[in-house]
Amino acid sequence: MGFLDIIGPVMIGPSSSHTAGAARLGSLARACWGDAPLSNITIFLRGSFAFTSKGHGTDKALVAGLMGMSPEDGGIRTALETAREKGFPFRFEIEQIDGAHPNSARFSFTGSDGTTMDVIGASLGGGAVELQEIDGFSVKISGEQPTLITFHRDVHGVVAAVAALFAERKINIASMTLHRRARGGLASLVAELDMEKTPGSELQRAVETAHPAIIRVVPLYRGGRTP
Amino acid sequence: MRSLNEILEGCMASGRSFAAQALAAESAETGSSPDSIRAGLAGRLKDMEFSVREAAGGWRGLLVPEEAFLLEEYGKKESAFSSSFVLTAARISISVATYNSAMGRIVAAPTAGSCGILPGMLFACRKHLEADDESLIDGLITAAAVGEVTEARATLAGASGGCQAECGAAAAMGSAALVTIRGGSPDEVCHAVALTFKSVLGLVCDPVGGLVESPCIKRNGLLVSLGALAADFALAGMKSLIPADEVIDAMGQVGRALPETLRETGLGGLAASPTGRELARKLLD
Repeated sequence: MGFLDIIGPVMIGPSSSHTAGAARLGSLARACWGDAPLSNITIFLRGSFAFTSKGHGTDKALVAGLMGMSPEDGGIRTALETAREKGFPFRFEIEQIDGAHPNSARFSFTGSDGTTMDVIGASLGGGAVELQEIDGFSVKISGEQPTLITFHRDVHGVVAAVAALFAERKINIASMTLHRRARGGLASLVAELDMEKTPGSELQRAVETAHPAIIRVVPLYRGGRTP
Repeated sequence: MRSLNEILEGCMASGRSFAAQALAAESAETGSSPDSIRAGLAGRLKDMEFSVREAAGGWRGLLVPEEAFLLEEYGKKESAFSSSFVLTAARISISVATYNSAMGRIVAAPTAGSCGILPGMLFACRKHLEADDESLIDGLITAAAVGEVTEARATLAGASGGCQAECGAAAAMGSAALVTIRGGSPDEVCHAVALTFKSVLGLVCDPVGGLVESPCIKRNGLLVSLGALAADFALAGMKSLIPADEVIDAMGQVGRALPETLRETGLGGLAASPTGRELARKLLD
């Protein structure tokens, strides 16, 4: 925590966990999905998100975040109306899951082409959030550091290829974690990087081609695609 | 930044003010230059000022009506027990906290639930002490250092430590800022922090209906006076027997000992009172 985290963030009230955190969570989840056209997003509210959502504007903030707004965007106040006007395809459900974080949500994306993605995230308090699961992978992503996530086939050499690429570009890796569903199956690598801003599309493409087993690369930072 | 005592020792070795020493320490820890950290906080001060301006008049929460204007009228015609400084600070504090409930754009300092306290104390300094921006930024640096140490040693989250960690911390940060703005010594800054925290130990987070409104909004206004009086105590030369770092440790320990019903769950305390339950029930209708 630095001085600007203590005296901050600048945000639309009333709650850092239920409003600002919700907006960040929405934009992190949306960043995982990317820009592909959407036919539906169902937001499953869990824990206290389900019960105090209206009074805290959690529903507005989640949708605002999904549309790319930051926690300090005044547009959060009218996000639901804006989304309806724009034909942004969202709906809310409530689900009670044993062991789920008390302030959390599951975003279920369906693309126009039928592809789907499930993202689960929690608001940890003070506006801090954590993505906890992407398509069944357990992850731990705060979005506070510029981050790159790869989805790849679990074969040898992927980590080395990605690490070599960062080394070549003099980008220091702050943390790196690996997740896989099964040996040889689909795997994911989360790298937090010492960079000043969101990893650009050029770096994204470079990582995508760093190893033939890499299928997809998602850049994340500060709760969204832009800092 | 983990220790106010370390900053204090740094001040004694370097002869710097508390704010200057804290800024140097933050710069060393983060690698950002003192100028850029200062510029960042200057931006936060502008955002706070903007929220104070926006907050003036016309806002209410779902439960709590607009009330800050009552203090302004009262301050004009009655001989109030509190000083005009405290009344101004409380009025600003309540109006910003109300604005927050109405989805206003605020600076969480340290949290959204306690967002009225620092603006109240700082902008009352501008009105009554004619403090300039540079001096308010020095106050903000001191407040940020106190908040950072509190976060490191204890917590700033109501869900972990109750309201002592949110409004209590904001009042302690504000108290330290006042001592800085008045030109108090580093030692006096730390005593103001310790004295404030000692008076809020055990303060629970029991929001009615889980909303950041009751008792949060008026508590923002009321704790401004505690922070101001603690600054007066410290500037008068009164000392806390328990050093600030140890008081903060105690706050963290008390917070961990609080039952979950009293940590932002809206299940205990005022939230569980008959009227609190009735208000929460009406909200759901």
